[in-house]
Amino acid sequence: MNFDWGAIAANAKFLLVQGLLGFGVYGGGTLRLAIPAILLGFLVGIILGLARLAQRPWIHYPAVVYIEFIRGVPLVIVIFYFWFLVPVLIGRPVPEYWVALTAFVIFEGAYIGEIIRAGIQSVAKGQVDAATAAGLNYAQTMIHVILPQAVRNMIPSLVTQFIVLFKDTSLASIIGMMDLTKAAQTVSEREIKPFEMYLFIAVVYWCFTYSMSRFAQWLEVRMSPEKSS
Amino acid sequence: MFGFLGMTYEFKWSVLWAQPHLTWLIDALLTTLRLASISWCIAVLLGIVFGAMRTVPFRPIRAIATFYVEFFRNVPLLVWLFFWYFGAPEVFPEVIRQWFIRHGIEFWSGVAAVSVYHGARLAEVIRAGIQAIPKTQLEAGLSSGLSVVETYRLIIIPIALRLIVPPATNESLNLLKNTSLAMTIGVSELTFAARQIETYSAKPVEALTAAAMIYLGLCLLISSTMNWIEGKFAIPGLIARGARAEH
Repeated sequence: MNFDWGAIAANAKFLLVQGLLGFGVYGGGTLRLAIPAILLGFLVGIILGLARLAQRPWIHYPAVVYIEFIRGVPLVIVIFYFWFLVPVLIGRPVPEYWVALTAFVIFEGAYIGEIIRAGIQSVAKGQVDAATAAGLNYAQTMIHVILPQAVRNMIPSLVTQFIVLFKDTSLASIIGMMDLTKAAQTVSEREIKPFEMYLFIAVVYWCFTYSMSRFAQWLEVRMSPEKSS
Repeated sequence: MFGFLGMTYEFKWSVLWAQPHLTWLIDALLTTLRLASISWCIAVLLGIVFGAMRTVPFRPIRAIATFYVEFFRNVPLLVWLFFWYFGAPEVFPEVIRQWFIRHGIEFWSGVAAVSVYHGARLAEVIRAGIQAIPKTQLEAGLSSGLSVVETYRLIIIPIALRLIVPPATNESLNLLKNTSLAMTIGVSELTFAARQIETYSAKPVEALTAAAMIYLGLCLLISSTMNWIEGKFAIPGLIARGARAEH
């Protein structure tokens, strides 16, 4: 077979502007989904992680059940749940974008929550005792002592999770949201150039995820205590 | 019954064991298990080969392995599925393509995508496991007259395999859950069956819950088995039980 560069050149604008950025008649867009999903998922994750560490059982156990349930179920199932449930709950059809965003935040929140929990638990217990002895209350201990150290420990896992989330946004194409994958699907059905189209978007995804993982490596070196002290 | 803002949803769990829905679910579960286990075996093989290659002190071999790992794990699995199903068969000669079409091309494209993607991810896990082993072990093996291959086969890999049980279990569960994406290319696995039941019975919540519970049960079964294996094969003094590596 001959590799058809022309097909890529002719459709690159549609794939990147509509599929990746989400500007165009279809809405959607990989980045327009990924960025809010990362921010909101992080927020939900912090709440879940702290809830799982809480002493009170009525806060602790719901968080445990939530996290363990979500982590045992594929993302596609969660997306389909929301696809069918949200319209029933609010009584009208919902655009794919909002269904996908809700599902991602709910799903990734559980994974990020686990990272937050592990990060907080990685801080030596003596630190809490020392902070308490120095007269800090719970909130002060968290904000001034535990979290700064915990965040440093969780940065590599967090960035890895953000990379996973970025790749996972491709699943929004299953419910018909026009993201990079859906755009490639549309074009390859029209042009009958699946090899070129999927390889092209593979490279586009790769550029983002690989630079994120390099950034994570750089951050890890920069933030390691051996270097900063 | 369950209602909200004027809309109601009537639960009818019996759709799950009404025929032919039950047969679909069981067949689909078997397909999921078959897809997951075949892909897992290939992924583990790829992971061991490329993971070990990334630690070899010979640059060209390392470069090949790095290319494989970095390229395949950084692109979404869904894109790989479409690539292996729609794109890749074009490259093969007609005879091979016809053979694949006769033997369930959806299934084997699914196997290819899942195993190559997770092989790259497992290679990273295995590389980390190998690099966690002190270099002196390799030197000791070489100095006692073993070849590089023998040192890897007899010393490095057996220790590394134990070190990587927790992260590798995590990755295996991801593989199992990710087989659900094969529905997009028409493999009739669990999620596909859930959608099929939903289409025939108009009962999405029941069908999806059934699939979710099966996945959840499988994940719990695997993780508890692996916990048991981890405890049974732990090297005394080397791995502290409970002190798990974060992925």
